[in-house]
Amino acid sequence: MDNGSVGIVETKYFTFAEAPGGLVLANGQILGPVTLAYETYGELNAAKDNAILVCHALSGDAHVAGYNSPEEKAPGWWEVMIGPGRAFDTNKYFVICSNIIGGCKGSTGPSSVNSKTGRPYALSFPVITVEDMVHAQRALVEHLGIDELCAVVGGSMGGMQALQWAVSYPERVRLVLPIATTHCLSPQAIAFDEVGRQAIMSDPDWRDGEYYGKSIPVHGLSIARMVGHITYLSDQSMHHKFGRRLQDKAEYGYDFVTDFQVESYLHYKGDSFVKRFDANSYLYITKAMDYFDLTRAYGSLRTAFEKTQAKFLVISFSSDWLFPSYQSREIVTALRQNGREVVYTEIETDYGHDAFLLEADSLTSLVRSFLAGQERS
Amino acid sequence: MANEAEILSEQLAGCPRQDFRYIIDLVARGTSVLDLGCGNGELLEALIREKQVRAQGLELSERCIQACVARGLTSIIHGDLDQGLADYADQSVDYVLLTNTIQVLHRPLLLIKEMARVGKQCVITLPNFAHWSARAQLLFGGRMPKTGRLPYEWYDTPNIHLTTIKDFRDFCQVADLRLVREIPLRTVGEGGCREVHFLSNLRADAAIFLVESALSLGHGLPA
Repeated sequence: MDNGSVGIVETKYFTFAEAPGGLVLANGQILGPVTLAYETYGELNAAKDNAILVCHALSGDAHVAGYNSPEEKAPGWWEVMIGPGRAFDTNKYFVICSNIIGGCKGSTGPSSVNSKTGRPYALSFPVITVEDMVHAQRALVEHLGIDELCAVVGGSMGGMQALQWAVSYPERVRLVLPIATTHCLSPQAIAFDEVGRQAIMSDPDWRDGEYYGKSIPVHGLSIARMVGHITYLSDQSMHHKFGRRLQDKAEYGYDFVTDFQVESYLHYKGDSFVKRFDANSYLYITKAMDYFDLTRAYGSLRTAFEKTQAKFLVISFSSDWLFPSYQSREIVTALRQNGREVVYTEIETDYGHDAFLLEADSLTSLVRSFLAGQERS
Repeated sequence: MANEAEILSEQLAGCPRQDFRYIIDLVARGTSVLDLGCGNGELLEALIREKQVRAQGLELSERCIQACVARGLTSIIHGDLDQGLADYADQSVDYVLLTNTIQVLHRPLLLIKEMARVGKQCVITLPNFAHWSARAQLLFGGRMPKTGRLPYEWYDTPNIHLTTIKDFRDFCQVADLRLVREIPLRTVGEGGCREVHFLSNLRADAAIFLVESALSLGHGLPA
């Protein structure tokens, strides 16, 4: 069995909901036309029943595996999990990942040009929800000629989308793998999102979102990302990764220039993020996460899962305090109350929320076994 | 990285295989089964194969859950038995199994009552501390007994609530359980066992009990 990368891949684009139609959003507004950037790996089989949809998190994109060019330094964001012989084995499965609507990596979002005005949407872009993201993905899946997905998988906000798939399209997905996710964010998580948004909106360069073609809110967005990264780590992982080690110095500087490695790391993460991400997208996507609440939408979590038909593999991580295990257990309980088949495991790890990207070995053996077990049954 | 509880769970390694036949025979075809501390899922797999049960498992060890998933089991929840069964509705399962595990629980009475609430019937298997070999080791050797079913040194045993067949009969009264069937077993050779028909508390090194709640008639009403 080979175990490698999918190699060079191409990002493709699908445009739908063109005038006079449009995508009807959860808030009643209509968005259109809508473009989704997506990538696919592996081959769709003749029965068209081997498709797996991967849903990305806040800062992810459609480029989940492989390289877009031979020069590209880093592969897609979940390279370790997707490829020939890997957990999502592209020798067997047709893997799809699309950039969410509201994003800034090729799909329609606030930085896209509004065809009606000829200018970027900015804040005239409607507030979108996780449900809207999923409806758009459904259009893409249909476009690819797939009636029923073999599986939908996602970590963090990607897991919210996976849950929404199970709820919105119960007859169109056989397996659902929500990882490091929740049915609704805790107030603590919403609080961190709000700090990030305030950092962006208080940057003078933000200009009420109308910064396209001008200087962008670099400082606000980078602070938002720094705060985000703190929440993705854990106390233990920060001890391991940085300790109290100093950056490029042996003694304290007695000034306000970077002293500690942890500071340097956050600055680096913030600086590199502003080069690849749109500040308005950050506002819209964090808002979509904050609004996601299956209990509020369906009366109770149990009711939310009433119509689901899929089998579930729910995974949480012991040191994840942003999407804590108790939230996954609540999902599991509600699914069980509906008589659904659920495998739930909490993986012991120090990596915090980031574990869904880093605990490749544990995830691979679980996912591989789960998919293989389903093939047999 | 395994924590202490997980190492403990793996030490137990689930139900001894020689007991399978007796447990499987107790379970009616096409019913639902919840195996508490289901280990690597071997017993549940056998129950699916032979009795076409709807199988659910609860297990503490992450690695055991992986093993269950690899067997194709689809209802396995990561959880700690010492936390009870709050997530499970009254009389929602035909059989709740607790094999070779009662002796490691912190609060066996609590869990047994929970089992009888959730399951219409419960199958409990345990090593019998009153087996003659254990008695002899203590009486003549003056040291803590070690047997095939109780292989640990006193200082690293996970077993904190060892019991005997007679003790368990008394315990059924305390826990408001009706004893439906008792199968004392004696290990024969490597990996075999036979039912013991007399002097069971002395001659059996393990026992299987089929019990049900003495409080209800299956619908939560007092008897």
